[in-house]
Amino acid sequence: MEQHQAYERYQRQIILKEFGYEGQYKLSRSKVLVVGAGGLGCPVLQYLAAAGVGTIGIVDDDLVSLSNLHRQVLYNMDDIGKPKSLTAINTLQQLNPQVQFIPYNTRLNNQNALGILKSYDIVVDGTDNFSSRYMINDACIVLNKVLVYGAVSRFEGQVSVFNHEENGKRSAGYRDLFPDAPNEGEIMNCAEGGVLGVLPGIVGSMQANEVIKLVTGIGQPLANRLLIYNALTNQVYELGFSSTTQKVLSEEAFLNRMYDAGCTSVQNFEITNDEFNALLEEENITIIDVREKGEVPLINGFDHLQIPLSQWPQKISSLEGHTIITFCQTGQRSLKAASLLFDTFGTAKKVHSLKGGITRWLNHQ
Amino acid sequence: MKVNIIIFGQMVDVTGSSTLLIENVSTTDELVEKLHLQFPAMATAKYAIAVDKKMIRENTSITNNSMVALLPPFSGG
Repeated sequence: MEQHQAYERYQRQIILKEFGYEGQYKLSRSKVLVVGAGGLGCPVLQYLAAAGVGTIGIVDDDLVSLSNLHRQVLYNMDDIGKPKSLTAINTLQQLNPQVQFIPYNTRLNNQNALGILKSYDIVVDGTDNFSSRYMINDACIVLNKVLVYGAVSRFEGQVSVFNHEENGKRSAGYRDLFPDAPNEGEIMNCAEGGVLGVLPGIVGSMQANEVIKLVTGIGQPLANRLLIYNALTNQVYELGFSSTTQKVLSEEAFLNRMYDAGCTSVQNFEITNDEFNALLEEENITIIDVREKGEVPLINGFDHLQIPLSQWPQKISSLEGHTIITFCQTGQRSLKAASLLFDTFGTAKKVHSLKGGITRWLNHQ
Repeated sequence: MKVNIIIFGQMVDVTGSSTLLIENVSTTDELVEKLHLQFPAMATAKYAIAVDKKMIRENTSITNNSMVALLPPFSGG
């Protein structure tokens, strides 16, 4: 496009003295990945494309449905049944052909996330489930990417900027707000709890605003701050939070984490040696040897309790820790124990059993 | 001593109101204990606590007219 046309398109923001040609140039050089092209993703994408972000990646494996249209304003009736990532790009390209759009018609998971995220400067979380949110948060820690977070429920929305580097220090992240993922069914999503259509429009616009501020370096990003907006009262509540539990996460630990554990079948207790080793690095974990007294080998490589299965279930009701892992010699009795734990705690605790038992684990060390 | 509580998200379903006034508590641990007695469903719920607009992690003392916020996570997008 000709120079004068580019100027005309962005003229209203270029004349802002804080923004200027420099801001426009920075935007044109920036690469932003938007995960989720739904209620939050639509306004984020529209405003970032309109503002002239150079490259925009869109990750979504979902299809447009009629119940999306009250809030997902990039789509129309003809798009129902079509992939969101590709459909969104069709519309956005007409809005601004200067932007390079890259579709990822796939579901982001911890196996493909690092490969996709690494080419981008900023990641925007517009997903609709906890396992994706924790996974994206962790991926951004592994890769040192800034993450613009937004979430909505009913009439309420949250916005924040995670992992933003300032003076050599990274700002707090999702796990500093909520260290562990809730269990399945504990919190209703939009499909169950409902959401006012305009709310993700407001919250997504706030996320786009944060992205533009981060890229151009104007204003104060919502780092170490959580903004809560209530659509019914128009009250904005802002909370300060800081990095406490956030720590460096290795790529290997990230790849071995189980992100769907709390969000898929709770009956699937068994974990592999690699998953077990990844959990050993986490906090608030209780590990129990359910073998009877005198069974060998004794284990001293990690902290654990010894509660022989014959003494269950009397002793288990007072167990502490958010996650409990059981092990025995071969993985049979520990599976039984995990089942008893689930009967006692339901979804209040995450329960795992080491598959193949401690002998197989020892052979793999 | 009075503490104002502001409740966010679906936690309002448990408390029945987005604001509460709790008396005679001097720490967040005491407050949580009192709330769990009053609203047993809160005992198994996950939520973050902020005192005077600062998120806290450990037991924190509360002064008269402190504002405590309870925030459950939500994931909608």
